[in-house]
This record gives sequence, C-alpha cells and structure tokens, in this order.
Amino acid sequence: MSGPHRMLPQSRWGWLALIVGTAVLAALPYFATPYYVGLATTAMIGAMLALALHLLVGATGLVSLGHGAFYGLAAYVVFLLSPEGSARPIWQTLPAAILVAGVVALAVGALSLRTRGFFFLMVTLAFGQMIFFVFHDTKLGGGTDGAYLAKPLIAAFGFEINPLDFPRSRRAWPAYYVALVQLVATYLILTFLLRSLFGRVLEGIKVNEPRMLALGFNANRYKLAAFTIAGMLAGAAGHMWSLQTGFVNPELVGWTKSAEALLIILLGGIGSLAGAVVGAFAFYGLGEAAQLITERKLLVEGIVILVVVILLRDGLVGIRLPGLRRTKAVAADAARPEARVHG
Amino acid sequence: MADASTPAGILATQGLSKSFGGLRAVHNVTLGLNTHELHAVIGPNGAGKSTFVNLLTGHLRPTAGRLFLEGRDITGTPPWEMPRLGVARSFQRTNIMKSLSVLENVRLGVQAVRLPARALLRTPRSQAYLVEAARRALDRVGLGAHENAISGVLSHGAQRQLEIAMALAAEPKVLLLDEPLAGMGPEEGERMVALLQSLAREHAVLLIEHDMDFVFKVADRMTVLVEGAVLASGKPTEVRANPDVQRAYLGSPA
Repeated sequence: MSGPHRMLPQSRWGWLALIVGTAVLAALPYFATPYYVGLATTAMIGAMLALALHLLVGATGLVSLGHGAFYGLAAYVVFLLSPEGSARPIWQTLPAAILVAGVVALAVGALSLRTRGFFFLMVTLAFGQMIFFVFHDTKLGGGTDGAYLAKPLIAAFGFEINPLDFPRSRRAWPAYYVALVQLVATYLILTFLLRSLFGRVLEGIKVNEPRMLALGFNANRYKLAAFTIAGMLAGAAGHMWSLQTGFVNPELVGWTKSAEALLIILLGGIGSLAGAVVGAFAFYGLGEAAQLITERKLLVEGIVILVVVILLRDGLVGIRLPGLRRTKAVAADAARPEARVHG
Repeated sequence: MADASTPAGILATQGLSKSFGGLRAVHNVTLGLNTHELHAVIGPNGAGKSTFVNLLTGHLRPTAGRLFLEGRDITGTPPWEMPRLGVARSFQRTNIMKSLSVLENVRLGVQAVRLPARALLRTPRSQAYLVEAARRALDRVGLGAHENAISGVLSHGAQRQLEIAMALAAEPKVLLLDEPLAGMGPEEGERMVALLQSLAREHAVLLIEHDMDFVFKVADRMTVLVEGAVLASGKPTEVRANPDVQRAYLGSPA
C-alpha cells in the first residue's frame, strides 16, 4: 500500500507525541500565569494559520503570500457582523467568517492559479494587498486605526460560557480552550484530507504536476480546491483572533501575516504538518525570550530562525534522538530532488 | 496518404499542422492508427515527432487540421481528458513521480480515470480496485515485484517500464509511446521490444522512434516524418524501398 502520507506521523510514536502534546496544552492553564495562557492562545492561532497554509506549501507545493489576507478578512467579518456592543454567538460568526474567507479565496485562487512559481507568489501578494487596502483606506472597518468589536459569545445549543463569570485569574481560559479545540480540529481536518485520495492527488501535483496532467488530472481544479480550503481554515483562525482580542486592525490583513505563517512553517518543518504547530510555539516563544534579553527582538529572532533553517533541513520536528531515525529515511532521500517548490 | 473525409482508424488525424511562429513543426499530417497494430513514426531529430505526439494528446493545440477518436472530432480536448477517452501516453524523457512508490505512480493513473468524484475523500485503502488495476499494469510490464520501491531509485530501464505501466493504468485503447527505448541497454531493450509487441496485440500503439533498424523489427506500419511532413507511409518493407526515404536517411544521420 501507499503508506501514511508523508506529512503525517510515520509511526505510532509520532501520534503518541501529538497526543502527549495535546494533553500538555490541555493542562497548561493550571500551571501557567494568565499572561502565558494568553501567549499560548496567540501561538495556537498562529499555528492554525500556518497549518492552513501548510495544505498549500507542504502538501501541494504552492507558496501563497495571500492567506494572511483571508485570515484578517475573517476577523473583519466578525467586526462587521458584531461591532462593539452587539455580540453574536460563535455559531453565527464562525460559519460567516469561514464562508466569506472561502468565497474570496475561491475568486482569488481562480485568478492567481493561472500563473505559477514566482508569479503565483506575486499575484497572491497583490490580491492580499488589495484586500489590505480595502480596510486600510476606507471607513469600512475603522480605517488605519482599526476598531473594537464584540467578541463572539461562546454559546451554542443553549449553553453559554461567559469569561466574565470566571475569577479574574481565569478569564483567559475560555478563549484558550476554544483555540485548543479549534487547533485540534484544524489538524484533524487536514489529516483527513491528506489521507484521502484527494490528498494523494495534491502530493502527485507537488512532485510532478505535468505528469499528473498527462495521467488525467485537471491539476488546476485540485489546486483551486486546496487554495479555497486553506482560505477557509485561515478564516477560521482569523475568527479565533477576534474572539481572543476583540480588536481588528489592517495589520491583520497585511502580507507580513502571510510571511509570518511561512516563517513558522520553515521553522517547524516544511515536510511535516505538525511542524506548523511546533514552529508557531517556537516562533512566539522565541519572540518572548528575545524580548526578555534584548531590545533588538527582531534581530535575535532573525538570527535564530536563520540558524535553524540552515542547520535543520526538516525544521524543528526533524530533530531526532540518536537511534530513532525516521522510518522512511529512504523515501525522504529519494524525495530530495523534488524538495524544491513548484508553482 | 488517402484523403478520406472520414479518416479511418481508431485515432486519426486529418491535415494536422502546428507552427511555432514561422517554424512549421508539423505540416499537414494525415494518418490513422488501427487496433492490434504498432504504427511507428520515425524521422531524424527535429522532424516534429514529439510535437506530433503532443498534438495527439492535447498538450499542444494544432494551428490547422483535426483529430478524430473513433470517428468523433476531439480536436482541442485538454490533455487531462485524454486518458478518460482512452488515449494514454508515455514521455521521451522519463517523467514519473520520483519520490512516490512504484505502485503509487500507477495507482494515481488508475485513480485519474476510474475514481468517481464522490469517492475523492475516501482513503486509498478503501478503494481496493484502484490498487488491483495498478498491480495488473505493473505485472504487465514486469515490475510486479518492485511495487513498494521508491520509483526514483529504480534503474533507468525499470523507470522506462514504469512509464509504460502508468500509461496502461488508464486501460487505454490507444497508447502513444515517445521513444520508450531511449537510453536503454541492449538487454533491457530486448525486453522492451517483446513488451511492445505484446501490447500491440491489444491496443493501437503509436511508437515514436528515431532508430530505423529497431522500427523495422517491430512495426506493422510506419510513417516517416521529415521537417514535419509525411515523407512516406506504409508497411516497413515498402517504406524501406522508397527512394525518398533512402535519400533522406543518407542525407541526415538518424
């Protein structure tokens, strides 16, 4: 048989590591200060966006600089639906945010997938910046300063969890756990897709798109589907941002958000889905650590990321204890010539 | 060639032409492929052989002329629809998914033509018929024992066999093979010749080749292209006796 998808854990140990990691995250609020609970929530949101983008970068070989825009757009959808003072429940805002992000991603993807490689990168960047300027230069979403919004209510089926009902030290918990559930859901959705016959087609396209075309696959249709799904998942991440912070500003939509997600993928490991999660925690943890020791935070961040990317070809998840070599070492070696990015 | 208004043969061209700017790569080619027949197209380098194949598979759009499959005009069909119609190809330069297993390369080929869209989110394991069909194609070319190997580590000859298995995955009526012997050693070449002859018993095979001696051995019919146009067409013995062909091949080393 074909074996597990290249980007998923290759053995039971890999899955076990993921389960242990999830358990640690689930327990984290009990031994961390509210500040770090908030930071971990931010990292999980970054991980969701990076995971969404990884469906394109790692699984399909498409590098987009536009998915930060779908992320920010979704946060603005929440703002437009529930401006300050008139909150709506999450079961209304989340589907709306995903839907709008998905529809816009479908349109942007349909146009930008006519190009490849470098040009694809630039066209996605251009579309992303168009969306950025809609919010930056018009009064639609509070202009350059951004705006406060009513955080979506964590409510469904008659249940409601109101953070204000919690003691002060635990007010960050509801958002944290919503983010954790959403992070796990995002990973599982992507796992489901990668394991499916659809995921195998994306893999074939990543490795050799012209051959897939000749085999009888309309590659553009598959790439557009992946582009749109990634846009929807990025939208879900943007919704989570609004739920955590209750604030939107144009920076959320800008290209730096996309670049940050790409950096997280590189840091964590371009060949592994879980790399996006590891990378996000490393990225935000690094930012925090750098801030503690120096005022030149970005410089330290830059140097560390550079060193990791140069020294670790498979990112942080590529680190292995001696004797615990990846079972698919041969496969990985054979894959090297194809490791370059196809457009 | 005869200029019948409804071209004979399962896959047929009528006045097929392709120009790139001022260059006439393929000019007014009319020919038909029959089932159970190995039709070789030969010609010196630059004669337009590969361009011709790319016209047949929809990779290139003809500037003039038409393409027929079983009498139906399919000119302008995009390449990804051809395998489903029953036309599959291999490439002159080995073109496989090198980091995927041998089986997966062929299984994808089966999936492309046989998987209904509603089953796209199912796992490969649940669609056993895809794997079974892929194994049949691999057995056919003699790679059955290597299905789990990563295709990129196969020998060159085995990769050429895999190319053909990938084309067979579609269970096509017409096989278009672009220089399947390219770069093969004599022993591997012998095996490939036997394979081609057995394939021709069930399919219409179009073989692109520049080695004339080899073509005389295997072809039922052949067409000689020179500068994109048909110089001669017919049984190998007839073509060999054709003075134009002799002149063309004496003039330019094949």
